[in-house]
Amino acid sequence: MKRNKTVLLSVPYIVWMVVFTLIPLGVVAYYAFTDPDTGAFTWSNIRELGTFLPVFGESVLYSVVSALICLLLGYPVAYYIAHRSPMVQKLLYMLVMLPMCMSFLLRTLAWVGLLQDTGIINNTLDAIGIGRLKLIRTPGAVILGMVYNYLPYMILPLYAILVKIDSRLIEAAEDLGCTPAQTFLKVTMPLSTPGIVSGMTMVFVPAVSTFYISQKLGSPDTMLIGDVIERMYKQGNNANLGAALSLLLMILVFVCTGIMNKLTGSDGEDVVVV
Amino acid sequence: MKKILSLLLALILILGLTACAEADAAEGDKITLNVYNWGQYISDGSDGYLDVIAAFEEKYPNIHVNYSTYDSNEVMYTKIAGGGITVDVIIPSDYMIARMIDENMLLELNFDNIPNYAYIDENFRNQTYDPENKYSIPYTWGTVGIIYNAQYVDEADVTGWELLWNEKYADKILMFDNSRDAFGIAQYMLGYDVNTTDPAQLQACADLLAEQKPLVQQYVMDQIYDLMENEEAWIAPYYSGDYLLMADENENLEFYLPQEQGFNLFIDAMCIPTCCREKEAAELFVNFLCDPEIAGQNMDWIGYGTPLSAAKEYMDPEMASDPVAYPEDSVLAHGTSFDYLPASVSRYVESLFLKVRLS
Amino acid sequence: MKKVNRILTVFIFIFLYIPMAVLIVGSFNEGKSLSRFDGFTFQQYAELFRDRDLLKLLGNSLLIAVLSSLIATVFGTLAALGIQSLGPKMRRTVMRLTDIPMTNPEIVTGISLSLLFVFIGTKMLGQQDCLTFWTLLIAHITFNLPYVILNVMPKLSQLDHSLTDAAMDLGCTPRQAFFKVTLHEIMPGIAAGLIMAFTMSLDDFVISYFVSGLDFVTLPVEIYSYTKKPIPPKIYAMFTLLFLLILVLMVTMNLLQLRADRKKTQQLMEKG
Repeated sequence: MKRNKTVLLSVPYIVWMVVFTLIPLGVVAYYAFTDPDTGAFTWSNIRELGTFLPVFGESVLYSVVSALICLLLGYPVAYYIAHRSPMVQKLLYMLVMLPMCMSFLLRTLAWVGLLQDTGIINNTLDAIGIGRLKLIRTPGAVILGMVYNYLPYMILPLYAILVKIDSRLIEAAEDLGCTPAQTFLKVTMPLSTPGIVSGMTMVFVPAVSTFYISQKLGSPDTMLIGDVIERMYKQGNNANLGAALSLLLMILVFVCTGIMNKLTGSDGEDVVVV
Repeated sequence: MKKILSLLLALILILGLTACAEADAAEGDKITLNVYNWGQYISDGSDGYLDVIAAFEEKYPNIHVNYSTYDSNEVMYTKIAGGGITVDVIIPSDYMIARMIDENMLLELNFDNIPNYAYIDENFRNQTYDPENKYSIPYTWGTVGIIYNAQYVDEADVTGWELLWNEKYADKILMFDNSRDAFGIAQYMLGYDVNTTDPAQLQACADLLAEQKPLVQQYVMDQIYDLMENEEAWIAPYYSGDYLLMADENENLEFYLPQEQGFNLFIDAMCIPTCCREKEAAELFVNFLCDPEIAGQNMDWIGYGTPLSAAKEYMDPEMASDPVAYPEDSVLAHGTSFDYLPASVSRYVESLFLKVRLS
Repeated sequence: MKKVNRILTVFIFIFLYIPMAVLIVGSFNEGKSLSRFDGFTFQQYAELFRDRDLLKLLGNSLLIAVLSSLIATVFGTLAALGIQSLGPKMRRTVMRLTDIPMTNPEIVTGISLSLLFVFIGTKMLGQQDCLTFWTLLIAHITFNLPYVILNVMPKLSQLDHSLTDAAMDLGCTPRQAFFKVTLHEIMPGIAAGLIMAFTMSLDDFVISYFVSGLDFVTLPVEIYSYTKKPIPPKIYAMFTLLFLLILVLMVTMNLLQLRADRKKTQQLMEKG
């Protein structure tokens, strides 16, 4: 195959991606700047965004906390898996993957069954005489839902990178007198930064835009930006304001992931593929 | 590796082909009729009741009904106004029908195809939302009241809509997740006209709803069934017919109509939107639902009032005289119906309600 | 430290699997609630197999997942070959384009596609029903493509060009060299891309929720509308069966791969 001919193979793909990713974003922008009734150009949707800034703030807070908890929980697990025999690694990897293939709606619903006032946990606590606790419809429940749903997205890229770290580097560090903690901080951790970055991104992005977890596990006070957008499209009949919110959400996500890449010194090129 | 891949490919292909075959078998060369209705709003064959859709498909074997549900008028309206879809039959409530007529979203019905219209009671024809009765045929009627669990709620507290603002039951109260019904309750509380377009009054309603918010466990529509039946929540405003469905599952549930303050009396009617593709089949379907025998068995399950007196003959006598489904005329006199609000007011109410939810 | 890791890992796996266990137990429950076990029954499974609509929805989901993942795999692999031979600057730009659906929140992708389809369909073509099977398929192909590209590209850049050169020296036409050498070498990437695309498409809710009309919906979208109504427990029965199916699939795939790996090392040993 001649090189110049092969290049042509990328053309249909580029056209497809422009038509189905770039142009749709243009359509969103078009809606964001038009009036729902007259279809004329307007700034009013953009001006209204100000009212929603607290919601954006809350969404970012919830998802950043969830991403950090996922990192804290996911790192040791990924590390543990990466240091098993190949056979066990495969098995554990599969066990992490499996929940991702099952309906997240139903799995979240199962948490409702566990956590609600008349749920499994509270019924059990009540039966053994502890009494019922306030579990569901708390900020904690929303974070739990996010961590539960997106933890595998953290573990898998971390595992993918940890398993590739050359064990001789660790041995060398130990030979040179590093304590295990030092080895971890100075060798393992820096080498796994790309995994951390892509794990954080893969948790943060779906968490910041979720609209189901907060509906099911949150109180009426936790209405996240995804809920608002979904509402605009599905019952508010205000696709234009919804479009403006989507646009802002998109910019927010790009800025947040950009900041993360800057902070960790990664240029976003070496995204780890699971 | 190659073996695994070919195995995988083969498997995926088999899955795909069976899926295709299944889809084909179901479709054939039938007409597909898209019916878009409220959830829990047609007898579905459970507990030995009639499966209305199956009965229709049996009677008209060349029609396949593709049945989807929505949980509020606003969801249905948004879906259709959003465009890009085909819907043949919808069952909106009165005020929504008026709005859709005004916005040219409904087709005039051909009554030659709906002979069973003759069975519709005189007092359900030519309603204000469709004065010449050109676009809609009543399906059910009902009231909005308070459902409460008598085991937890003190009978003495059940005095009116203010029960939904009673701090004693904080976190056990559910509230409507649609602006029109939620604002309606606030309007009855404040003694306003439920069809007010006065921004100051609407703002006052929003303030009242915002006051209630800290006590509300969740804003819901059809999730109310599970929550009330399992006693996760104790108090909720909802539609009379749905109460009867819930009461079958939990006998502690009671229904209360605040007569002094007023309550919503509604009619839901079958309409054909302009995005319809199979108008004749849609009219067959509408006609089928107006058949007294079918309507009677359907109402037995869904628990709402029927606009066909002739249907009562075929109903379970207990259901046909149920005081919740068929309140006394003296009670009904206190009910008011929602009228059409102009699009700009609807959108204003919607934005106020969103602010309540975000407050 | 190791002990802590082990305990934590066990704990996390329990955490991941408890909700699924709740659903599986729920599928054998006589009552409707997940919170209370009223008695053991197979009733829900009988109900499930009587429900033709639910099985059809599963069929719809499989159909979309199979078609979109296969198309995306072929299309994406060809595209990856093309991108690989682009100049570095152009390649960077194209990879940025590929990243958009990956980093964009799904809700934005779904909304943007649905607005595009409705815009083109109703405003430009004047057609009423444009949210159909085909638009849903386009949406799924679009979000599947990056997974294929990102899995195939690394394999392509690792590809040893002297291998294809050698093949051609030995008399292969470029076409033969491609099929016998290149394709063989990048096959693991293609397979990984295909599997990922398939699972992503099968389990997609958010994008399908915004893009689908009423004519053709997939299982996750319908499950969402079920979770807004009293949920019939036959859904839990379906969940349980799907869980078992995926478990069996994953285990067989792993076993097969293990056997293949063993054979390879054996061959290498014999040669050595």
